[in-house]
Amino acid sequence: MENMNNNETLHKSARHVLLAVLAVLPAAVSAGPSGQAMAFTCAGCHGTDGSSVGPSMPAIAGMDPEVFVDAMKAYREDERNASIMNRIAKAYSDEQLKEMGWFFASQRLNLFPQTYDAALAERGAQLHDEYCEKCHEKGGRPGDAGTLAGQWMPYLHYSMEDFLNGKRKWPRKMQRKVDAAIEAAGDTAIPALINYYGSQQ
Amino acid sequence: MTNLKRRTFIRAAGAAAALGTLGFPSLVLGASRRVVVVGGGVGGCTAAKYLRKLDPSIAVTLIESKPAYTSCFMSNEVLSGERTLQSLTFGYEGLRGYGIDVLQDTVVGIDPETRQVQTAGGRAFGYDACVVSPGVGFKWDAIEGYDEQVANQSIPHAWYAGPQTQLLHNQIKAMPEGGHVIIVAPPDPFKCPPGPYERASQIALYCKHHKPRAKITILDAKDAFSKQALYIEGWTKLYGYGTDNSMIQWLGAAAGGTVEALDPSTRTLTGLVEDFQGDVINIIPPQKAGAIAFAADLADGDWCPVDKRTFESSRHKGIYVLGDASSAATMPKSAYAANSQAKVAAAAIVASFQGKEPDDPTFVNTCYSVVGEDFGISVAAVYRLNAETNTIESIPGSGGVSPTQASPEIRKREVSYAHSWFKNVINDMME
Repeated sequence: MENMNNNETLHKSARHVLLAVLAVLPAAVSAGPSGQAMAFTCAGCHGTDGSSVGPSMPAIAGMDPEVFVDAMKAYREDERNASIMNRIAKAYSDEQLKEMGWFFASQRLNLFPQTYDAALAERGAQLHDEYCEKCHEKGGRPGDAGTLAGQWMPYLHYSMEDFLNGKRKWPRKMQRKVDAAIEAAGDTAIPALINYYGSQQ
Repeated sequence: MTNLKRRTFIRAAGAAAALGTLGFPSLVLGASRRVVVVGGGVGGCTAAKYLRKLDPSIAVTLIESKPAYTSCFMSNEVLSGERTLQSLTFGYEGLRGYGIDVLQDTVVGIDPETRQVQTAGGRAFGYDACVVSPGVGFKWDAIEGYDEQVANQSIPHAWYAGPQTQLLHNQIKAMPEGGHVIIVAPPDPFKCPPGPYERASQIALYCKHHKPRAKITILDAKDAFSKQALYIEGWTKLYGYGTDNSMIQWLGAAAGGTVEALDPSTRTLTGLVEDFQGDVINIIPPQKAGAIAFAADLADGDWCPVDKRTFESSRHKGIYVLGDASSAATMPKSAYAANSQAKVAAAAIVASFQGKEPDDPTFVNTCYSVVGEDFGISVAAVYRLNAETNTIESIPGSGGVSPTQASPEIRKREVSYAHSWFKNVINDMME
């Protein structure tokens, strides 16, 4: 796959096809619960098929499969500030995480209305375009930098709190961009961005 | 990219589906299978919804005696006045939207030979598979002087949310300023193991604001309880536990907490060692499977034994017993456990209709308790089947309770997640 790096789209497509094949095959030949059965157990907290009805547990439907697997591995290894997910993630193998990741990636994300501050959301849209859109494409819709658009706002708040308090490792370039947004908009930068993402319903 | 992703998946899934039906022409010919679900709580609703989700050709009838569902989980917040009973009550329209026939009636018998369910309304329903999820019933003979009538009138159990929850809240509101509330906690196993202690916490939250001199005593038939260290941490922080002025007192079995009798007229409890008098008394009686489990010969002792791979009754083929009524140790009798078991049973029923072996099951339990303002705690577990011993075991190295001495931030988040858990469990079972 390395030689496909010059064409990122093709690279990603091939990766997803591979993931799909891997997800479908093992269930037929090996023992252990299916990816679907494991994913079903998440629904009591994350909503049916991963579309959380809120108000704080994040939606995981439509999530990029690699983002899902990376997040679960980080929880499993106690590398991400957790309340409960670290305890749950420790139950799953790499292979099982991939199967669950593929299940959620193939689910439609249903978004639900949230109360947001329109003025803040407007300011947030500007900040997003300037500092975030390059990685969180299309206003933060599900992609390889996670799901921000329509995500539950308390969850986004907790995530940013963890980044800013040094309790979660910044992804590449993100700290610099967030610092720049705060430099530009002061204390309103983070609430503005969160309200912007919450306004996309 | 997304399109390609989806197309590939559908193609793969389509191929699998085609292979699946080849060997079973009867399915293609459209002989619709019938499932009757007994009980409209978490187990029954989830099973009904997921049966239709997994195979929309299955005709599902759900029979429930009440017109709407009122969740027991989160009902302790009614006692503190943090929420209304109304906010816990949900109609069955969502399930009807999945094509499930929801009927208001009471199932009085199940004939495993003719595969028929009989109702109090005089109706009979044939089934190919029957799901029984009746919840718990109470052992009314366990505490002398306490029966269903007393519970409805003056000494509520409030272990099903409804009028008794409201009665208990009203009694706490009406008691004297320095009133004494007694909660009698049941022996294991019972529905919602952390529930009595969250109840004490939520009553303490109410009293802290409205009757700061009030006392709450938990009389317990056990010497230990669920999330104990975390409750004690919360009670110490919020309600002065461990000081002379503690709002909450817990008396375990060794300290004389076991209750033998009640005199409702004087609100006096007879304990093994001494008597206790309260202004408000809440007795949570010892429990067993709900009535239909006994009428249908599904119980062995107090609970219903099942094949842990499928939750099919060990006593009668074709009947699947879920949730609190089933004997499913080491899973607790909780809403999340019932929700998780229901999906395993639904998948097993669909597999049996297709003449396939059921997959290996996987289960999760998560449960949040709100100890007070900005103080939430949780327990989580992921379970697997041990087929050799027909037991459900927690996956080693995973699960457990919230850490003790967690940061205030995490405790606060767990309150928010508790409320989100509530909304998503309701969503997953019936919306």
